[in-house]
Amino acid sequence: MDSSRYIAKHVINLPKSGIRDFFEIVSKMKDVISLGIGEPDFDTPWHIREAGIYALEKGKTHYTSNLGLIELRRAISKYVDKNYAASYRPEDEIIITVGVSEALDLACRALINPGDKVMFHQPCYVSYSPSITLTHGIAVPVPTFAKDNFALTVEALRAAWQPGCKLLMLNLPCNPTGGTCDRVQIEAIAKFAVEKDLIVLSDEIYSELTFEGVHTSIASIPGMKERTIFLHGFSKAFAMTGWRIGYACGPAALIEAMMKVHQYSMLCASIISQEAAIEALVRGEDAMKKMRDQYHRRRDFIVRRFNEIGLKCHLPRGSFYAFPDISATGLSEIFFAVGLLQAEKVAMVPGTAFGANGSGFCRACFATSYEQLIEASNRIERHVQLLATKK
Amino acid sequence: MKPIIKLLLEGGSLGTAQMAQVLNLSEAEVNRQMEELKSQRVLLGFRPVLNLAQEDSGVVRAVIEVRITPERGGGFNRLAERISRFDEVESCFLMSGGYDLLVFVNGASLQRVAAFVSEKLSTLEGVLSTATHFMLRSYKEQGFMLDVKTEDAERLKVTP
Repeated sequence: MDSSRYIAKHVINLPKSGIRDFFEIVSKMKDVISLGIGEPDFDTPWHIREAGIYALEKGKTHYTSNLGLIELRRAISKYVDKNYAASYRPEDEIIITVGVSEALDLACRALINPGDKVMFHQPCYVSYSPSITLTHGIAVPVPTFAKDNFALTVEALRAAWQPGCKLLMLNLPCNPTGGTCDRVQIEAIAKFAVEKDLIVLSDEIYSELTFEGVHTSIASIPGMKERTIFLHGFSKAFAMTGWRIGYACGPAALIEAMMKVHQYSMLCASIISQEAAIEALVRGEDAMKKMRDQYHRRRDFIVRRFNEIGLKCHLPRGSFYAFPDISATGLSEIFFAVGLLQAEKVAMVPGTAFGANGSGFCRACFATSYEQLIEASNRIERHVQLLATKK
Repeated sequence: MKPIIKLLLEGGSLGTAQMAQVLNLSEAEVNRQMEELKSQRVLLGFRPVLNLAQEDSGVVRAVIEVRITPERGGGFNRLAERISRFDEVESCFLMSGGYDLLVFVNGASLQRVAAFVSEKLSTLEGVLSTATHFMLRSYKEQGFMLDVKTEDAERLKVTP
């Protein structure tokens, strides 16, 4: 029996992840220096892990309320107010989710009617377009460009907008480009969202990892709290990727709608992860800053090296990704990435895994040791020099 | 804090050439800065962190609480420096609380450490009393766990 004929059409039509394809190639090779891992190289700080272990020892193994532990929601309310200048009531404006991924999924399922159009900037995280498609929405990509350091501009938004657009997804700082927007640019985007009556889903998972200037959340702009769902989590800043814990903050009516879906699908996030997350918010700032400072220094090194090698690379203001332009080699990003992997055993993800606008670029994650970054950059340099001789 | 110091604290076991690459300096400049740090007594030296419990060398370690008389015009400094100069003394700290100096001592045997305390340390003019505690087992040294194997956590090779 061919069971594949039972698969829903919208799932069959979902394009395969470019990351997955590249992963299949890399996983078959030994001794690869991977700059393709989109997570911190640090383990979760011990005091946070210890809080999770202590919760288990105390017998915390049961369901929590759908919205999540009230202690965690209170801690989030305080944290977001202090760091993002946006106030949310713990009782009904915050929901704890299984990673930001689930928060994004809940927002899509709660807000998108079939045929609704959703804008999102590209290149972007691999899940945004599929999340829209899986909820029968129509994805409307908005390009970002190297000339703007991959900031999202209102000009690009205006050019891409079409009647029927209901939501705008933001991810600032951005995976894979490291691009972000300053306050003036955020205010302009906010004005556009109000003008076009858009609800903004703002994924700010990399916001603590902002190296220059101050991160501005669109939720803090006057008039935006009522039309923004602020998505955040613990994976990147606190090195808690595997704990699968995140949250959404927004107007009570939207959070309630998300909760309706959440209560039937997930019920609640892991209580252990929630307990550990409280520790992260209350006492994790020092450890987070230490990690951020290290990413900052590694960023300076690897971006300088890419530019020295002849692969033009903008200085990402946030996240732990560099996005070098490999087009000077004359190769496509896929040929370059596969060739580099085979010749020098260094993995960088082709930019088109993150959308068509990633053409000509590769993503390099610098969340790895100096030794690995130094060796990888030397090997990339050797490979680029070899390619130049073959031209 | 200077970039070179941050890198020394953070960079594990990078050689001069690697440090030069990371800091975008010549090797000569890295060496010059290192010498400058040494002359300023900011960089005191390098020591490997060893777990000698597995060796047969029989090193015995003790922590000694020392009460001393502060001196006019010099406080505790003269006596603390005099104690620190002994080869047996690995570290010496001025402490708040119920005693004045905390002295870490190494010796080839328990008897040798005891002899050092009784013949060299306690007899110094200005030393009022000593309380010696022998280390039985080390769990963590200078940031390194001893009996816990630090394996690199397994990460998938490519993730979004």
